[in-house]
Amino acid sequence: TVWEIRFILIQNRAGKTRLAKWYMQFDDDEKQKLIEEVHAVVTVRDAKHTNFVEFRNFKIIYRRYAGLYFCICVDVTDNNLAYLEGIHNFVEVLNEYFHNVCELDLVFNFYKVYTVVDEMFLAGEIRETSQTKVLKQLLMLQSLE
Amino acid sequence: PSNAAPPPRPGRRRPQRPQRRPSRRSIKMPAVSKGDGMRGLAVFISDIRNCKSKEAEIKRINKELANIRSKFKGDKALDGYSKKKYVCKLLFIFLLGHDIDFGHMEAVNLLSSNKYTEKQIGYLFISVLVNSNSELIRLINNAIKNDLASRNPTFMCLALHCIANVGSREMAEAFAGEIPRILVAGDTMDSVKQSAALCLLRLYKTSPDLVLMGEWTSRVVHLLNDQHMGVVTAAISLITCLSQKNPDEFKTCVSLAVSRLSRIVSSASTDLQDYTYYFVPAPWLSCKLLRLLQCYPPPEDGAVKGRLVECLETILNKAQEPPKSKKVQHSNAKNAILFEAISLIIHYDSEPNLLVRACNQLGQFLQHRETNLRYLALESMCTLASSEFSHEAVKTHIETVINALKTERDVSVRQRAADLLYAMCDRSNAKQIVAEMLSYLETADYSIREEMVLKVAILAEKYAVDYSWYVDTILNLIRIAGDYVSEEVWYRVIQIVINRDDVQGYAAKTVFEALQAPACHENMVKVGGYILGEFGNLIAGDPRSSPLVQFNLLHSKFHLCSVPTRALLLSAYIKFINLFPETKATIQEVLRCDSQIRNSDVELQQRAVEYLKLSSIASTDVLATVLEEMPPFPERESSILAKLKKKKGPGAVSVSDLDEGKRDGGGELNGAGERGPESSVVSTPSPSADLLGLRSAPPVGSAAQGAGSLLVDVFSEAGPLAPASGVNDDGFLRFVCKNNGVLFENQLLQIGIKSEYRQNLGRMYLFYGNKTSVQFVNFTSTVSCPGDLQSHILCTPPVDPLVEGGAQLQQVLNIECLSDFSDAPLLNIRFRYGGALQNLTLKLPLTINKFFQPTEMGSQDFFQRWKQLSLPQQEAQKIFKANHSMDKEVLKAKLLGLGMALLENVDPNPENFVCAGVVQTKAQQVGCLLRLEPNIQAQMYRLTLRSSKDTVSKRLCDLLAEQF
Repeated sequence: TVWEIRFILIQNRAGKTRLAKWYMQFDDDEKQKLIEEVHAVVTVRDAKHTNFVEFRNFKIIYRRYAGLYFCICVDVTDNNLAYLEGIHNFVEVLNEYFHNVCELDLVFNFYKVYTVVDEMFLAGEIRETSQTKVLKQLLMLQSLE
Repeated sequence: PSNAAPPPRPGRRRPQRPQRRPSRRSIKMPAVSKGDGMRGLAVFISDIRNCKSKEAEIKRINKELANIRSKFKGDKALDGYSKKKYVCKLLFIFLLGHDIDFGHMEAVNLLSSNKYTEKQIGYLFISVLVNSNSELIRLINNAIKNDLASRNPTFMCLALHCIANVGSREMAEAFAGEIPRILVAGDTMDSVKQSAALCLLRLYKTSPDLVLMGEWTSRVVHLLNDQHMGVVTAAISLITCLSQKNPDEFKTCVSLAVSRLSRIVSSASTDLQDYTYYFVPAPWLSCKLLRLLQCYPPPEDGAVKGRLVECLETILNKAQEPPKSKKVQHSNAKNAILFEAISLIIHYDSEPNLLVRACNQLGQFLQHRETNLRYLALESMCTLASSEFSHEAVKTHIETVINALKTERDVSVRQRAADLLYAMCDRSNAKQIVAEMLSYLETADYSIREEMVLKVAILAEKYAVDYSWYVDTILNLIRIAGDYVSEEVWYRVIQIVINRDDVQGYAAKTVFEALQAPACHENMVKVGGYILGEFGNLIAGDPRSSPLVQFNLLHSKFHLCSVPTRALLLSAYIKFINLFPETKATIQEVLRCDSQIRNSDVELQQRAVEYLKLSSIASTDVLATVLEEMPPFPERESSILAKLKKKKGPGAVSVSDLDEGKRDGGGELNGAGERGPESSVVSTPSPSADLLGLRSAPPVGSAAQGAGSLLVDVFSEAGPLAPASGVNDDGFLRFVCKNNGVLFENQLLQIGIKSEYRQNLGRMYLFYGNKTSVQFVNFTSTVSCPGDLQSHILCTPPVDPLVEGGAQLQQVLNIECLSDFSDAPLLNIRFRYGGALQNLTLKLPLTINKFFQPTEMGSQDFFQRWKQLSLPQQEAQKIFKANHSMDKEVLKAKLLGLGMALLENVDPNPENFVCAGVVQTKAQQVGCLLRLEPNIQAQMYRLTLRSSKDTVSKRLCDLLAEQF
């Protein structure tokens, strides 16, 4: 049981990808297939459902924020709640960093979103969990020109 | 409720829904807040968003691509900002799903900028559009090297993140030595350490051979003591992964992890400041520590163990305390730790007290209002059910779980409830659980029915005290969910009935009753046909189920059934003739009617003809012998259980497994008709002779299997056939290095072969050319796998009966390689030509090398692997005299035909040849290396094969020694 994230996806309800971060080798067709499949399994679920879906041989831990689905694909043996809160922690950082984040922020600043992800998740693992530390680092980077 | 947007935290703004900010949505472009924005990029993104159609978008993109291309090609040197902006635009275009074939060099140039934002875009481009262009990789690695040496923590992190994201072998080769140094150096900044730890983890996962921890081990383990919690969080992932591979070297991490955990668990909710999440101290780190401990058995040191047990008790206690916050984040974080602690308790499986406490805690969650918690509690309890200490405690929750199965709205929760019922089932509650599962099946979701059916079938078998209950249960299964009852399930009930005389009469009576239903499932007809055919006599005494009544009942279903079922019923009928002579006339009449004897389906027609003939010419004694009751099946693991295990899979994680997870339910063990063992030459009396699955099926057409051979004799007009006059293997060796050609030729017949192979599967086309002008009569060609070859190779041929004069007949063999093999299947051809029986047996040119997958590798890799395969039995070697041309190109062509990759510039001696490949079998993959050393002067060769399996090395060596 290696604690490892296979990929992180942010999609809107229409299925547009707002972030795709892959921690495992997939070819481009496979990635597209995964994106579509994740969208299909996640969007049919409502608030009475769990935040977890079995997905192929993995599972998706996801959470919906307004029109955006934040999905993390992990091993079936991984800790569901830890990743569920990992998503929330990430969203709170985005919210703080973009001053009330909305979908458009992720579109126009896609290259910054990757930086935020790398600060918090690296090599498929959780790198840093302290919002204070992450934001401090992000603000420092922001100030560099 | 947990799906809703999170409630605001005190003093912070909550993540906003975009639609609450209409002003933001209506403007085309968000104001670029700070000086770092790239205005041109924002304009471009807005343009794309405003495109009304896909065509417009493509047009806009092409315009932009042309613009960027001209800028990159232009005479004017671009400044860093422009370069960054254009590279970023290219990246955006790529992320939209368009191909990008230029800009890599500009991105690489950005890496050497000393501005963070330019470097960042450069690295991002490289990470997203990994390119295997070796020229570029050298440049990239060079830039990374500079950044790693820069002592600028920001640049070092960028470089490390790039390595962690790409993780290629080239990068591992370049940096696997340097990164551990950075990780443990005293003056490395904390953030760099975090990145270095995970970067190393990534390299270890992709190229474990290149990451040598050796001298660093102890210092890496001691990162668990680091003051900075972020460093511990990152390092522990690395340590966990390394511990799994080298538990002994890392075992000192256990006591360190326990003391770290203990400090966190006993700290007050605010002690850890930055690392407190909704009043829970360091939830992620706690989970990771608990997970690391799951790599090891319970600590031997009493003090360490005591401390750990204390931690686990504290975690369980905290679950009972009133929450410090009503936020779902608080309870989730707290419960994340709790579930991980329970996993550890289950992993140890040695503390009855903790196990029972865990079970009670989960029992509370079973009724929690959070669906997530109910789901996780069901899941976790499933593993507790298998512990002897907690099994009884789990069982007390049976009513709640049954209720969950009935009422949960989320199918995945119901599925967990079904899993748990399955796990908690034992002799004491089997009847209740099976009954509940059966009643649930009536309304169960389609997606889980098949698995439910398997589970019910297994439980019914495992806990059957009286087998009449078992038979009832399976028949109920067929009634309720017939479509989901796979072959394995109904095979199994037949196996059990055949093996237990005490239940045969009951089974016959029950199927007879079940068949009375006006609409009964085809699987019921199969079971009914089989059982009445074997044991109908046991209920024939009752006039309500007299032989004719039984027959009429079965036959009333006949026309609604598919071909395989009809085939089975025909076999039941011939068995009836033996059991009940009084039905003979009626059944013969049925067999004789045109719809049977002239049926367009070959299989049905053949059965009708043969059974009719058998019933008319065979004496009662012969009939009684041929149609004897089936002998008991050997006891084996239930094939259903095997299927369930397979369905569940090992939780494996490779990409190929991703696809396998979706395999359809159970076509492969199909019995009767479809590709059944008896379908080509002769119909064995029972269509499902092989209830245990095709794997052990008698080879096609091998006339040596019990009743089968008897039938051959009965039908053979000229008495027993003369044994085939030896096996012809002339053509065999010519096909080792090629797939197509003429296998055999004489005055009458030419046999050509075309074959293709992919992984462990193959298809062979056999072409039988009639060289005469006269028809071949009774032409049959059958493939057999003598000895135990049948368990290594599956060949499934159909057959056609007639070869016209001058005509060509084609036959297709589907081949599956189950495991490596040495012998070859035999192809037996018989036909009559001008009254004379021709009988020919050829060795089918099917050799293990056909399943090679070529493997390209460099010199270093090759010799490293060569050394790894140095056990004496892994090597096979032959020195032999050249029989054919020693011309280099000829040798090359042969080696290529062999199916391995021919590796150039690997062997230091240019005269030698080396090859690498992997033999793909269903059971395993066998890596093979080959070295062929020609000695032109002596006209000799030395051939060496090394592989992970001795039989493969030997077989390949034998085959190849004949080729050169």
